[in-house]
Amino acid sequence: MNIIVCIKRVPDSESRIVVGGDGRSIDSQGIKFVLNPYDEYAVEEALRLKEAAGAGSVTVMTLGGEESKETLRTALAMGADQAVLLKGQPSDDGFGTAEKLAAAIKVGEYDLVLFGKQAIDDDNLQVPAMVAELLGLPCATVVVELKVEANKVTAEREVEGGHETVEFELPGVIAAQKDLNQPRYPSLKGIMAAKKKPLEEVDVGDAEARLEVIELMKLPERAAGEVVGEGPDAVPELVRKLREEAKVL
Amino acid sequence: MNVLAFAEQRAGTLRQVALETVTAGRALADGLGIELLAVLLGPPRLADEAERLGRYGADRVLLGTADTLGEYAPEAYTELLARAVQEHAAKALILPASAQGKDLAPRVAARLEAGLASDVTELAVEDGRVVAVRPVYGGKLLARVGFKMDPALLTVRARAYTAAENPRPGEVEGMTPEVDPEKLRTRVRLAAAEKRERPDVAEAEIIVAGGRGMQGPENWKLLEELADALGPGAALGASRAVVDAGWRPHAEQVGQTGKVVAPPLYFAIGISGAIQHLAGMRTARCIVAVNKDAEAPILKVADYGIVGDLFEVVPRLAEEIRKLRSEG
Repeated sequence: MNIIVCIKRVPDSESRIVVGGDGRSIDSQGIKFVLNPYDEYAVEEALRLKEAAGAGSVTVMTLGGEESKETLRTALAMGADQAVLLKGQPSDDGFGTAEKLAAAIKVGEYDLVLFGKQAIDDDNLQVPAMVAELLGLPCATVVVELKVEANKVTAEREVEGGHETVEFELPGVIAAQKDLNQPRYPSLKGIMAAKKKPLEEVDVGDAEARLEVIELMKLPERAAGEVVGEGPDAVPELVRKLREEAKVL
Repeated sequence: MNVLAFAEQRAGTLRQVALETVTAGRALADGLGIELLAVLLGPPRLADEAERLGRYGADRVLLGTADTLGEYAPEAYTELLARAVQEHAAKALILPASAQGKDLAPRVAARLEAGLASDVTELAVEDGRVVAVRPVYGGKLLARVGFKMDPALLTVRARAYTAAENPRPGEVEGMTPEVDPEKLRTRVRLAAAEKRERPDVAEAEIIVAGGRGMQGPENWKLLEELADALGPGAALGASRAVVDAGWRPHAEQVGQTGKVVAPPLYFAIGISGAIQHLAGMRTARCIVAVNKDAEAPILKVADYGIVGDLFEVVPRLAEEIRKLRSEG
Protein backbone atom coordinates (compact mmCIF):
# COMPACT_ATOMS: atom_id res chain seq x y z
CA MET A 1 0.00 0.00 0.00
CA ASN A 2 1.57 3.27 -1.14
CA ILE A 3 0.21 6.29 0.62
CA ILE A 4 0.86 9.99 0.32
CA VAL A 5 -0.04 12.32 3.20
CA CYS A 6 -0.32 16.05 2.54
CA ILE A 7 0.53 18.11 5.62
CA LYS A 8 0.92 21.75 6.69
CA ARG A 9 2.89 23.81 9.18
CA VAL A 10 0.56 25.91 11.35
CA PRO A 11 0.68 27.92 14.59
CA ASP A 12 0.08 25.79 17.70
CA SER A 13 -3.55 25.98 18.87
CA GLU A 14 -2.47 27.46 22.22
CA SER A 15 -0.84 30.45 20.45
CA ARG A 16 -2.12 33.96 20.78
CA ILE A 17 -2.51 35.24 17.22
CA VAL A 18 -1.83 38.90 16.43
CA VAL A 19 -2.27 40.78 13.15
CA GLY A 20 1.07 41.69 11.53
CA GLY A 21 2.28 45.08 10.30
CA ASP A 22 0.89 44.62 6.79
CA GLY A 23 -2.63 44.14 8.18
CA ARG A 24 -3.11 41.07 5.98
CA SER A 25 -1.03 38.38 7.64
CA ILE A 26 -0.16 37.39 11.19
CA ASP A 27 2.80 38.45 13.27
CA SER A 28 4.71 35.18 13.54
CA GLN A 29 7.09 36.51 16.20
CA GLY A 30 7.15 34.20 19.20
CA ILE A 31 4.70 31.72 17.72
CA LYS A 32 5.41 28.02 18.00
CA PHE A 33 4.68 26.27 14.71
CA VAL A 34 3.63 22.64 14.67
CA LEU A 35 2.38 19.91 12.38
CA ASN A 36 -1.33 20.72 11.82
CA PRO A 37 -3.18 18.66 14.49
CA TYR A 38 -5.60 17.06 12.00
CA ASP A 39 -2.60 16.01 9.85
CA GLU A 40 -1.30 13.96 12.78
CA TYR A 41 -4.38 11.73 12.44
CA ALA A 42 -3.72 11.42 8.70
CA VAL A 43 -0.07 10.44 9.22
CA GLU A 44 -1.04 7.96 11.95
CA GLU A 45 -3.71 6.36 9.74
CA ALA A 46 -1.25 6.04 6.86
CA LEU A 47 1.28 4.30 9.12
CA ARG A 48 -1.37 1.88 10.43
CA LEU A 49 -2.58 1.04 6.91
CA LYS A 50 0.96 0.38 5.73
CA GLU A 51 1.70 -1.74 8.80
CA ALA A 52 -1.51 -3.75 8.28
CA ALA A 53 -0.69 -4.28 4.60
CA GLY A 54 2.83 -5.36 5.53
CA ALA A 55 4.26 -3.59 2.51
CA GLY A 56 4.38 -0.23 0.80
CA SER A 57 5.52 3.25 1.72
CA VAL A 58 4.27 6.45 3.30
CA THR A 59 5.33 9.72 1.68
CA VAL A 60 4.63 13.04 3.36
CA MET A 61 4.32 16.13 1.19
CA THR A 62 3.86 19.82 1.88
CA LEU A 63 3.72 23.10 -0.01
CA GLY A 64 5.72 25.67 1.89
CA GLY A 65 9.03 27.35 2.52
CA GLU A 66 12.34 26.13 3.95
CA GLU A 67 10.83 26.23 7.47
CA SER A 68 8.34 23.49 6.53
CA LYS A 69 11.20 20.96 6.51
CA GLU A 70 10.87 20.84 10.29
CA THR A 71 7.20 19.83 9.88
CA LEU A 72 8.13 17.13 7.36
CA ARG A 73 10.77 15.83 9.80
CA THR A 74 8.12 15.56 12.51
CA ALA A 75 6.05 13.30 10.26
CA LEU A 76 9.18 11.31 9.31
CA ALA A 77 9.91 10.89 13.02
CA MET A 78 6.43 9.44 13.49
CA GLY A 79 7.40 6.82 10.92
CA ALA A 80 6.80 8.10 7.39
CA ASP A 81 9.40 6.79 4.91
CA GLN A 82 10.16 9.83 2.80
CA ALA A 83 9.23 13.46 2.37
CA VAL A 84 8.68 15.89 -0.49
CA LEU A 85 8.89 19.66 0.00
CA LEU A 86 7.12 21.55 -2.75
CA LYS A 87 8.86 24.89 -2.41
CA GLY A 88 6.41 27.74 -2.78
CA GLN A 89 3.83 29.50 -0.67
CA PRO A 90 0.31 28.12 -0.19
CA SER A 91 -2.53 30.41 -1.29
CA ASP A 92 -5.18 32.13 0.82
CA ASP A 93 -7.85 30.01 -0.81
CA GLY A 94 -7.79 26.26 -1.25
CA PHE A 95 -7.71 26.11 -5.02
CA GLY A 96 -4.22 27.53 -5.59
CA THR A 97 -2.75 25.10 -3.07
CA ALA A 98 -4.79 22.19 -4.44
CA GLU A 99 -3.47 22.87 -7.96
CA LYS A 100 0.15 22.66 -6.77
CA LEU A 101 -0.43 19.46 -4.80
CA ALA A 102 -2.48 17.78 -7.53
CA ALA A 103 0.25 18.54 -10.08
CA ALA A 104 2.81 16.83 -7.85
CA ILE A 105 0.76 13.69 -7.12
CA LYS A 106 1.15 11.14 -9.88
CA VAL A 107 -1.95 9.00 -10.18
CA GLY A 108 -0.92 5.37 -10.36
CA GLU A 109 1.97 5.76 -7.96
CA TYR A 110 -0.27 5.95 -4.88
CA ASP A 111 -3.24 3.94 -3.64
CA LEU A 112 -4.42 6.54 -1.18
CA VAL A 113 -3.93 10.26 -0.59
CA LEU A 114 -4.56 11.32 3.00
CA PHE A 115 -5.08 14.79 4.47
CA GLY A 116 -6.13 16.31 7.78
CA LYS A 117 -9.68 17.60 7.36
CA GLN A 118 -8.57 21.23 7.60
CA ALA A 119 -5.56 23.34 8.54
CA ILE A 120 -6.15 25.26 11.76
CA ASP A 121 -4.69 28.49 10.34
CA ASP A 122 -6.89 29.40 7.36
CA ASP A 123 -9.62 26.92 8.41
CA ASN A 124 -10.57 26.47 4.75
CA LEU A 125 -11.45 22.76 4.74
CA GLN A 126 -11.12 22.84 0.95
CA VAL A 127 -7.88 21.30 -0.29
CA PRO A 128 -8.59 17.53 0.09
CA ALA A 129 -11.83 17.52 -1.94
CA MET A 130 -10.29 19.90 -4.48
CA VAL A 131 -7.25 17.67 -5.01
CA ALA A 132 -9.61 14.69 -5.42
CA GLU A 133 -11.63 16.58 -8.01
CA LEU A 134 -8.52 17.73 -9.89
CA LEU A 135 -7.13 14.18 -9.95
CA GLY A 136 -10.51 12.62 -10.77
CA LEU A 137 -10.42 10.49 -7.60
CA PRO A 138 -13.25 9.55 -5.22
CA CYS A 139 -13.06 11.20 -1.83
CA ALA A 140 -14.46 11.21 1.70
CA THR A 141 -13.91 14.19 4.03
CA VAL A 142 -14.18 14.58 7.84
CA VAL A 143 -13.60 10.85 8.29
CA VAL A 144 -13.81 9.37 11.81
CA GLU A 145 -13.45 5.68 10.90
CA LEU A 146 -11.72 4.04 7.97
CA LYS A 147 -11.64 0.47 6.70
CA VAL A 148 -9.61 -0.64 3.70
CA GLU A 149 -10.12 -4.24 2.56
CA ALA A 150 -8.34 -5.25 -0.63
CA ASN A 151 -9.11 -2.15 -2.70
CA LYS A 152 -12.48 -1.36 -1.14
CA VAL A 153 -12.69 1.68 1.13
CA THR A 154 -15.44 2.17 3.73
CA ALA A 155 -15.27 5.52 5.51
CA GLU A 156 -17.53 6.91 8.21
CA ARG A 157 -17.80 10.67 7.97
CA GLU A 158 -19.22 13.00 10.58
CA VAL A 159 -22.48 14.75 9.70
CA GLU A 160 -24.92 16.67 11.88
CA GLY A 161 -26.41 14.28 14.41
CA GLY A 162 -24.77 11.14 13.07
CA HIS A 163 -22.53 9.54 10.48
CA GLU A 164 -22.54 8.94 6.76
CA THR A 165 -20.98 5.80 5.32
CA VAL A 166 -18.99 6.46 2.15
CA GLU A 167 -17.77 3.60 -0.02
CA PHE A 168 -15.46 3.66 -3.00
CA GLU A 169 -12.63 1.75 -4.63
CA LEU A 170 -8.97 2.71 -4.51
CA PRO A 171 -7.27 4.90 -5.49
CA GLY A 172 -8.94 7.68 -3.53
CA VAL A 173 -8.65 10.59 -1.13
CA ILE A 174 -9.46 10.64 2.62
CA ALA A 175 -9.48 13.66 4.94
CA ALA A 176 -9.09 12.80 8.65
CA GLN A 177 -11.18 14.09 11.55
CA LYS A 178 -10.04 13.96 15.17
CA ASP A 179 -11.75 10.71 16.23
CA LEU A 180 -10.01 8.63 13.52
CA ASN A 181 -7.23 7.29 15.78
CA GLN A 182 -4.79 8.18 18.53
CA PRO A 183 -1.62 9.52 16.87
CA ARG A 184 1.67 8.18 18.19
CA TYR A 185 4.39 10.43 19.55
CA PRO A 186 7.68 10.36 17.67
CA SER A 187 10.11 8.15 19.62
CA LEU A 188 13.71 9.22 20.21
CA LYS A 189 14.74 6.50 17.78
CA GLY A 190 12.23 7.84 15.28
CA ILE A 191 13.58 11.37 15.63
CA MET A 192 17.15 10.17 15.02
CA ALA A 193 16.07 8.05 12.04
CA ALA A 194 14.11 10.96 10.55
CA LYS A 195 17.32 12.91 10.02
CA LYS A 196 18.56 10.29 7.57
CA LYS A 197 15.34 9.71 5.66
CA PRO A 198 15.10 11.11 2.11
CA LEU A 199 13.66 14.62 1.79
CA GLU A 200 13.22 15.72 -1.80
CA GLU A 201 12.84 19.40 -2.68
CA VAL A 202 11.04 20.64 -5.79
CA ASP A 203 10.57 24.29 -6.73
CA VAL A 204 6.95 24.74 -7.73
CA GLY A 205 6.44 28.48 -7.23
CA ASP A 206 3.80 30.21 -5.17
CA ALA A 207 0.19 29.08 -5.41
CA GLU A 208 -2.20 31.53 -7.05
CA ALA A 209 -5.38 32.40 -5.20
CA ARG A 210 -8.78 33.22 -6.68
CA LEU A 211 -9.46 35.52 -3.79
CA GLU A 212 -7.40 37.88 -1.67
CA VAL A 213 -7.28 38.68 2.00
CA ILE A 214 -8.11 42.40 2.13
CA GLU A 215 -7.47 42.61 5.84
CA LEU A 216 -7.14 40.54 8.97
CA MET A 217 -9.03 41.91 11.94
CA LYS A 218 -9.16 41.37 15.67
CA LEU A 219 -12.53 40.33 16.96
CA PRO A 220 -14.50 43.16 18.50
CA GLU A 221 -13.84 43.24 22.25
CA ARG A 222 -16.72 41.94 24.31
CA ALA A 223 -18.02 44.49 26.79
CA ALA A 224 -17.10 43.49 30.33
CA GLY A 225 -19.78 41.24 31.74
CA GLU A 226 -20.99 41.07 35.28
CA VAL A 227 -20.83 38.49 38.00
CA VAL A 228 -24.48 38.23 39.00
CA GLY A 229 -23.66 36.66 42.35
CA GLU A 230 -22.32 33.68 44.19
CA GLY A 231 -23.83 30.22 44.52
CA PRO A 232 -27.34 28.96 43.76
CA ASP A 233 -29.01 31.98 45.38
CA ALA A 234 -27.86 34.07 42.40
CA VAL A 235 -29.81 31.90 39.96
CA PRO A 236 -33.22 33.68 40.07
CA GLU A 237 -31.52 37.02 39.35
CA LEU A 238 -29.55 35.44 36.47
CA VAL A 239 -32.71 34.01 34.93
CA ARG A 240 -34.46 37.39 35.27
CA LYS A 241 -31.57 39.12 33.48
CA LEU A 242 -31.48 36.51 30.71
CA ARG A 243 -35.16 37.10 30.11
CA GLU A 244 -35.49 40.85 30.58
CA GLU A 245 -32.08 42.30 29.68
CA ALA A 246 -30.59 39.83 27.21
CA LYS A 247 -33.98 38.60 26.00
CA VAL A 248 -32.63 35.13 25.28
CA LEU A 249 -35.09 33.08 27.32
CA MET B 1 -26.27 36.95 -14.24
CA ASN B 2 -27.66 35.42 -11.06
CA VAL B 3 -26.85 34.40 -7.55
CA LEU B 4 -27.38 30.69 -6.86
CA ALA B 5 -28.16 29.30 -3.41
CA PHE B 6 -27.92 25.57 -2.69
CA ALA B 7 -30.88 24.42 -0.57
CA GLU B 8 -29.81 21.36 1.44
CA GLN B 9 -32.40 18.69 2.21
CA ARG B 10 -32.23 15.50 4.23
CA ALA B 11 -34.68 12.65 3.57
CA GLY B 12 -36.83 14.90 1.42
CA THR B 13 -37.17 17.76 3.92
CA LEU B 14 -35.39 21.12 3.73
CA ARG B 15 -32.89 21.64 6.53
CA GLN B 16 -32.92 24.87 8.52
CA VAL B 17 -29.57 25.81 6.93
CA ALA B 18 -31.27 25.72 3.52
CA LEU B 19 -33.54 28.58 4.55
CA GLU B 20 -30.58 30.47 6.04
CA THR B 21 -28.61 29.99 2.82
CA VAL B 22 -31.48 31.31 0.71
CA THR B 23 -31.84 34.28 3.10
CA ALA B 24 -28.10 35.04 2.70
CA GLY B 25 -28.43 34.63 -1.06
CA ARG B 26 -31.34 37.08 -1.13
CA ALA B 27 -29.22 39.71 0.64
CA LEU B 28 -26.34 39.19 -1.79
CA ALA B 29 -28.59 39.23 -4.87
CA ASP B 30 -30.15 42.50 -3.66
CA GLY B 31 -26.68 43.97 -3.17
CA LEU B 32 -25.79 43.04 -6.73
CA GLY B 33 -29.20 43.96 -8.17
CA ILE B 34 -29.66 40.52 -9.76
CA GLU B 35 -31.94 37.50 -9.39
CA LEU B 36 -31.63 34.74 -6.80
CA LEU B 37 -32.06 31.16 -7.96
CA ALA B 38 -32.33 28.42 -5.35
CA VAL B 39 -31.08 24.97 -6.38
CA LEU B 40 -32.72 21.95 -4.76
CA LEU B 41 -31.48 18.41 -5.46
CA GLY B 42 -33.00 15.31 -3.93
CA PRO B 43 -35.42 12.41 -4.19
CA PRO B 44 -38.70 12.55 -6.18
CA ARG B 45 -41.68 14.42 -4.71
CA LEU B 46 -39.85 17.52 -3.54
CA ALA B 47 -42.18 20.00 -5.26
CA ASP B 48 -43.74 21.25 -1.99
CA GLU B 49 -40.35 21.84 -0.45
CA ALA B 50 -39.20 23.62 -3.63
CA GLU B 51 -42.17 25.98 -3.38
CA ARG B 52 -41.26 26.95 0.19
CA LEU B 53 -37.99 28.44 -1.08
CA GLY B 54 -39.85 31.28 -2.80
CA ARG B 55 -41.14 32.41 0.58
CA TYR B 56 -37.55 32.95 1.76
CA GLY B 57 -36.58 35.05 -1.23
CA ALA B 58 -35.84 32.81 -4.22
CA ASP B 59 -36.95 34.46 -7.48
CA ARG B 60 -36.82 31.05 -9.14
CA VAL B 61 -36.14 27.51 -7.96
CA LEU B 62 -34.18 24.95 -9.99
CA LEU B 63 -35.35 21.50 -8.96
CA GLY B 64 -33.46 18.33 -9.83
CA THR B 65 -34.97 15.09 -8.54
CA ALA B 66 -34.13 11.43 -9.05
CA ASP B 67 -34.00 8.31 -6.89
CA THR B 68 -30.22 8.45 -7.20
CA LEU B 69 -30.17 11.97 -5.71
CA GLY B 70 -32.02 11.02 -2.51
CA GLU B 71 -28.90 10.47 -0.43
CA TYR B 72 -25.97 12.85 -0.83
CA ALA B 73 -24.29 11.79 -4.08
CA PRO B 74 -21.05 13.80 -4.22
CA GLU B 75 -20.17 13.36 -7.89
CA ALA B 76 -23.72 13.89 -9.15
CA TYR B 77 -24.35 16.91 -6.94
CA THR B 78 -21.00 18.40 -8.06
CA GLU B 79 -21.85 17.91 -11.72
CA LEU B 80 -25.37 19.34 -11.40
CA LEU B 81 -24.30 22.38 -9.38
CA ALA B 82 -21.35 23.15 -11.67
CA ARG B 83 -23.67 22.86 -14.64
CA ALA B 84 -26.21 25.24 -13.03
CA VAL B 85 -23.48 27.81 -12.33
CA GLN B 86 -22.38 27.69 -15.97
CA GLU B 87 -25.84 27.67 -17.54
CA HIS B 88 -27.03 30.60 -15.45
CA ALA B 89 -23.75 32.53 -15.63
CA ALA B 90 -23.79 32.74 -11.85
CA LYS B 91 -21.93 35.60 -10.22
CA ALA B 92 -21.95 33.67 -6.94
CA LEU B 93 -22.94 30.30 -5.52
CA ILE B 94 -23.76 30.08 -1.81
CA LEU B 95 -23.90 26.82 0.14
CA PRO B 96 -24.39 26.15 3.83
CA ALA B 97 -21.20 25.47 5.82
CA SER B 98 -22.78 22.17 6.88
CA ALA B 99 -21.20 18.71 6.66
CA GLN B 100 -22.66 18.37 3.17
CA GLY B 101 -21.91 21.94 2.05
CA LYS B 102 -18.30 21.74 3.24
CA ASP B 103 -17.79 18.52 1.29
CA LEU B 104 -19.57 19.70 -1.83
CA ALA B 105 -18.40 23.32 -2.20
CA PRO B 106 -14.68 22.56 -2.76
CA ARG B 107 -15.56 19.92 -5.36
CA VAL B 108 -17.69 22.40 -7.30
CA ALA B 109 -15.04 25.12 -6.91
CA ALA B 110 -12.34 22.82 -8.28
CA ARG B 111 -14.57 21.78 -11.18
CA LEU B 112 -15.11 25.45 -12.05
CA GLU B 113 -11.55 26.50 -11.10
CA ALA B 114 -13.19 29.06 -8.84
CA GLY B 115 -12.34 30.65 -5.52
CA LEU B 116 -14.16 29.53 -2.39
CA ALA B 117 -14.55 31.37 0.90
CA SER B 118 -15.45 28.92 3.70
CA ASP B 119 -17.55 29.45 6.81
CA VAL B 120 -18.53 33.01 5.99
CA THR B 121 -20.30 35.06 8.68
CA GLU B 122 -20.91 38.30 6.72
CA LEU B 123 -21.41 39.06 3.04
CA ALA B 124 -21.22 42.38 1.23
CA VAL B 125 -20.88 43.87 -2.24
CA GLU B 126 -18.13 46.46 -2.73
CA ASP B 127 -17.76 48.10 -6.17
CA GLY B 128 -19.65 45.23 -7.71
CA ARG B 129 -17.44 42.55 -6.18
CA VAL B 130 -18.36 40.01 -3.55
CA VAL B 131 -16.60 40.55 -0.23
CA ALA B 132 -16.91 38.20 2.74
CA VAL B 133 -15.87 38.13 6.38
CA ARG B 134 -14.83 34.79 7.84
CA PRO B 135 -13.24 33.63 11.09
CA VAL B 136 -9.72 32.19 10.80
CA TYR B 137 -7.25 30.67 13.28
CA GLY B 138 -10.13 28.91 15.01
CA GLY B 139 -11.98 32.19 15.53
CA LYS B 140 -9.00 34.12 16.94
CA LEU B 141 -9.09 36.58 14.00
CA LEU B 142 -11.45 37.60 11.23
CA ALA B 143 -10.40 37.80 7.58
CA ARG B 144 -12.09 40.11 5.09
CA VAL B 145 -11.66 38.53 1.67
CA GLY B 146 -12.53 39.73 -1.81
CA PHE B 147 -12.92 37.62 -4.94
CA LYS B 148 -10.57 38.33 -7.84
CA MET B 149 -12.81 36.60 -10.37
CA ASP B 150 -16.29 35.16 -10.86
CA PRO B 151 -17.95 32.96 -9.90
CA ALA B 152 -17.54 33.55 -6.17
CA LEU B 153 -18.24 30.40 -4.16
CA LEU B 154 -19.09 30.72 -0.48
CA THR B 155 -20.20 28.51 2.38
CA VAL B 156 -22.18 30.36 5.05
CA ARG B 157 -21.91 29.39 8.71
CA ALA B 158 -25.07 28.14 10.42
CA ARG B 159 -26.85 30.89 12.42
CA ALA B 160 -24.84 33.69 10.73
CA TYR B 161 -28.06 34.55 8.88
CA THR B 162 -31.48 34.11 10.45
CA ALA B 163 -33.96 32.59 8.02
CA ALA B 164 -36.40 35.38 7.15
CA GLU B 165 -39.53 35.30 5.01
CA ASN B 166 -39.25 37.62 2.02
CA PRO B 167 -41.73 36.27 -0.53
CA ARG B 168 -40.83 36.15 -4.22
CA PRO B 169 -42.51 34.28 -7.06
CA GLY B 170 -40.21 31.27 -6.55
CA GLU B 171 -41.36 29.63 -9.75
CA VAL B 172 -40.10 26.05 -9.89
CA GLU B 173 -38.22 24.89 -12.99
CA GLY B 174 -37.10 21.32 -13.57
CA MET B 175 -33.41 20.52 -14.04
CA THR B 176 -32.18 17.56 -16.04
CA PRO B 177 -30.96 15.27 -13.25
CA GLU B 178 -28.99 12.90 -15.50
CA VAL B 179 -25.25 12.65 -15.06
CA ASP B 180 -22.71 10.41 -16.72
CA PRO B 181 -22.88 7.16 -14.65
CA GLU B 182 -19.15 6.62 -15.33
CA LYS B 183 -18.48 9.52 -12.99
CA LEU B 184 -20.40 8.06 -10.06
CA ARG B 185 -17.83 6.19 -8.01
CA THR B 186 -18.85 6.96 -4.44
CA ARG B 187 -21.77 5.47 -2.58
CA VAL B 188 -23.07 7.36 0.44
CA ARG B 189 -25.58 6.16 3.05
CA LEU B 190 -26.80 8.12 6.04
CA ALA B 191 -26.44 6.00 9.18
CA ALA B 192 -29.97 6.69 10.42
CA ALA B 193 -29.59 4.66 13.60
CA GLU B 194 -27.26 7.27 14.95
CA LYS B 195 -29.56 10.24 14.55
CA ARG B 196 -29.55 12.01 17.87
CA GLU B 197 -32.39 13.83 19.56
CA ARG B 198 -30.57 17.09 20.13
CA PRO B 199 -29.45 19.48 17.38
CA ASP B 200 -25.82 19.50 16.29
CA VAL B 201 -23.62 21.83 18.32
CA ALA B 202 -22.70 23.78 15.15
CA GLU B 203 -26.34 24.59 14.37
CA ALA B 204 -27.94 24.88 17.82
CA GLU B 205 -29.77 27.91 19.17
CA ILE B 206 -28.52 27.22 22.68
CA ILE B 207 -25.40 25.36 23.76
CA VAL B 208 -24.85 23.93 27.23
CA ALA B 209 -21.14 23.18 27.37
CA GLY B 210 -19.23 21.46 30.12
CA GLY B 211 -15.54 21.41 31.05
CA ARG B 212 -13.21 19.73 33.45
CA GLY B 213 -15.11 21.27 36.37
CA MET B 214 -17.80 18.65 35.71
CA GLN B 215 -15.38 16.16 37.32
CA GLY B 216 -16.50 13.14 35.27
CA PRO B 217 -18.75 11.93 32.44
CA GLU B 218 -21.35 10.61 34.89
CA ASN B 219 -22.17 14.19 35.90
CA TRP B 220 -23.33 15.15 32.40
CA LYS B 221 -26.87 14.26 33.43
CA LEU B 222 -26.93 17.69 35.11
CA LEU B 223 -26.21 19.37 31.79
CA GLU B 224 -28.73 17.17 29.99
CA GLU B 225 -31.33 18.23 32.50
CA LEU B 226 -30.49 21.89 31.89
CA ALA B 227 -30.59 21.37 28.11
CA ASP B 228 -33.98 19.63 28.43
CA ALA B 229 -35.30 22.56 30.46
CA LEU B 230 -34.12 24.98 27.77
CA GLY B 231 -36.01 23.08 25.07
CA PRO B 232 -35.43 21.18 21.83
CA GLY B 233 -33.11 23.87 20.38
CA ALA B 234 -30.46 23.21 23.02
CA ALA B 235 -27.37 21.13 22.26
CA LEU B 236 -24.62 19.82 24.49
CA GLY B 237 -21.06 21.07 24.02
CA ALA B 238 -17.71 20.21 25.57
CA SER B 239 -14.25 21.67 26.10
CA ARG B 240 -11.20 20.03 24.52
CA ALA B 241 -9.98 18.78 27.90
CA VAL B 242 -13.05 16.63 28.47
CA VAL B 243 -13.07 15.32 24.89
CA ASP B 244 -9.39 14.41 25.16
CA ALA B 245 -10.18 12.67 28.46
CA GLY B 246 -12.78 10.58 26.62
CA TRP B 247 -15.71 11.91 28.66
CA ARG B 248 -17.58 13.25 25.63
CA PRO B 249 -17.51 12.64 21.84
CA HIS B 250 -15.44 14.93 19.64
CA ALA B 251 -18.59 15.93 17.73
CA GLU B 252 -19.47 18.06 20.77
CA GLN B 253 -16.11 19.83 21.09
CA VAL B 254 -16.23 23.62 20.89
CA GLY B 255 -12.98 25.43 20.06
CA GLN B 256 -10.16 25.59 17.56
CA THR B 257 -9.86 21.84 16.98
CA GLY B 258 -13.60 21.35 17.38
CA LYS B 259 -16.42 23.55 16.20
CA VAL B 260 -16.44 27.32 16.09
CA VAL B 261 -19.94 28.37 17.12
CA ALA B 262 -22.02 31.54 17.45
CA PRO B 263 -25.35 30.63 19.05
CA PRO B 264 -27.69 33.22 20.59
CA LEU B 265 -27.08 31.69 24.04
CA TYR B 266 -24.04 29.78 25.38
CA PHE B 267 -23.66 28.25 28.82
CA ALA B 268 -20.07 27.50 29.89
CA ILE B 269 -20.28 25.21 32.90
CA GLY B 270 -17.06 24.36 34.70
CA ILE B 271 -15.01 25.63 31.74
CA SER B 272 -12.08 27.83 32.71
CA GLY B 273 -11.67 29.30 29.21
CA ALA B 274 -8.46 28.19 27.45
CA ILE B 275 -7.52 30.48 24.54
CA GLN B 276 -8.54 27.94 21.91
CA HIS B 277 -11.94 27.41 23.56
CA LEU B 278 -12.67 31.14 23.88
CA ALA B 279 -11.85 31.62 20.20
CA GLY B 280 -14.44 29.00 19.34
CA MET B 281 -17.38 30.57 21.19
CA ARG B 282 -16.71 34.22 21.87
CA THR B 283 -19.02 35.45 19.11
CA ALA B 284 -22.02 33.86 20.84
CA ARG B 285 -24.58 36.61 21.41
CA CYS B 286 -24.96 35.93 25.12
CA ILE B 287 -22.51 33.95 27.24
CA VAL B 288 -23.31 32.64 30.71
CA ALA B 289 -20.53 31.14 32.82
CA VAL B 290 -20.73 29.12 36.01
CA ASN B 291 -17.34 28.61 37.65
CA LYS B 292 -16.01 28.16 41.13
CA ASP B 293 -12.93 30.26 40.33
CA ALA B 294 -13.68 34.01 40.29
CA GLU B 295 -10.46 34.54 38.29
CA ALA B 296 -11.30 32.08 35.48
CA PRO B 297 -10.73 33.65 32.02
CA ILE B 298 -14.23 32.60 30.94
CA LEU B 299 -15.69 35.19 33.33
CA LYS B 300 -13.88 37.95 31.38
CA VAL B 301 -15.86 37.19 28.21
CA ALA B 302 -19.13 36.09 29.84
CA ASP B 303 -22.05 38.50 29.84
CA TYR B 304 -23.29 36.96 33.06
CA GLY B 305 -21.40 34.86 35.53
CA ILE B 306 -22.13 33.00 38.71
CA VAL B 307 -19.21 32.15 40.94
CA GLY B 308 -20.00 28.99 42.81
CA ASP B 309 -20.29 25.23 42.94
CA LEU B 310 -21.79 24.09 39.64
CA PHE B 311 -23.28 21.02 41.36
CA GLU B 312 -25.50 23.40 43.32
CA VAL B 313 -25.98 26.11 40.69
CA VAL B 314 -26.85 23.99 37.63
CA PRO B 315 -29.79 22.03 39.15
CA ARG B 316 -31.21 25.30 40.49
CA LEU B 317 -30.80 26.89 37.05
CA ALA B 318 -32.64 24.00 35.38
CA GLU B 319 -35.39 24.31 37.98
CA GLU B 320 -35.81 28.08 37.54
CA ILE B 321 -35.88 27.75 33.76
CA ARG B 322 -38.48 24.98 33.95
CA LYS B 323 -40.56 27.24 36.18
CA LEU B 324 -40.22 30.09 33.70
CA ARG B 325 -41.16 27.85 30.77
CA SER B 326 -44.23 26.47 32.54
CA GLU B 327 -45.43 30.01 33.27
CA GLY B 328 -45.10 30.60 29.54
